[in-house]
Amino acid sequence: MALTFGIVTFPGSNCDIDAYHAVVDALGERAVTLWHADHDLQGADVVILPGGFSYGDALRAGAIARFSPIMREVVAHAERGAPVMGFCNGFQVLCEAHLLPGALMRNAESKFICDWVHLRVEGTNAPIFLSGYAPGQVLRIPIAHGEGRYVADEATLDALEAEGRVAFRYVDAAGAATPAANCNGASRNIAGVTNAAGNVLGMMPHPERAVEGLLGSTDGLPLFQSLLARVGA
Amino acid sequence: MPRYSVSIHVVPRKGLLDPQGKAVADALHALGFGAVKDARIGRHIVIDVEGDSPDAARAHARAMCEKLLANPVTEDFEIAAVAGG
Repeated sequence: MALTFGIVTFPGSNCDIDAYHAVVDALGERAVTLWHADHDLQGADVVILPGGFSYGDALRAGAIARFSPIMREVVAHAERGAPVMGFCNGFQVLCEAHLLPGALMRNAESKFICDWVHLRVEGTNAPIFLSGYAPGQVLRIPIAHGEGRYVADEATLDALEAEGRVAFRYVDAAGAATPAANCNGASRNIAGVTNAAGNVLGMMPHPERAVEGLLGSTDGLPLFQSLLARVGA
Repeated sequence: MPRYSVSIHVVPRKGLLDPQGKAVADALHALGFGAVKDARIGRHIVIDVEGDSPDAARAHARAMCEKLLANPVTEDFEIAAVAGG
């Protein structure tokens, strides 16, 4: 049975069609588009909060989107243990909604960065998203953000690491988490994290833009394929 | 019901890197303001709110800060003034 992905569009989302393309064209599964003012997830098994600038990033990135009507359903979906992924602005929304700890601040160098980066797969508590990767695998995935510097207090960062909840870290091509590879100045080079239950993933990079050779990388595709193996089974 | 103008300051928490503040501090140094030790850039929010009293308006504003206006992970807020009534 096909898996249904629900892709949320907030006013100002601009990666929702990219996510739709990844799910429908690259993965071959079903997707439904969900408007921010909707009150139901239309049977989605997996929810994706896409990138963009929801509500024009008014106040803080993700701060207003968090209170959209659809987010009540997204939170309930997550609390049932069902999968929720947020990429870029979606990650910011998940942090603002307290589905993930921490926050995303302005990049350390202040500039918007649109580039390819290397990520190392580290998470161990969320095979639902990561089982398609080898532990420690180095990926090439694009980023495009101005406010992607992950921050959390030291105790939270220690807990994330101890619990295997750092999903991805920014690394160099050889897989080393160096300061130079830390594109936005994130705490401990963190690019993505999961919740304690392992069913909510947030990451600043864009796996949905790395799902076919024409785009320059297919390293994002296993993230979606992992879900097929785990949720579809 | 009386109306109050509540001034709220939201600033990045001390100790967290504030790239805007750092750029401004560097610029001030370049302009000869060597006495500047640090700068942080936040927001000044003015809320026009109805309330029974200045204290009620202040309590309202505090709840707004906790729920939306400030991010508890990265920002501190201060209700700087309550005017009107």
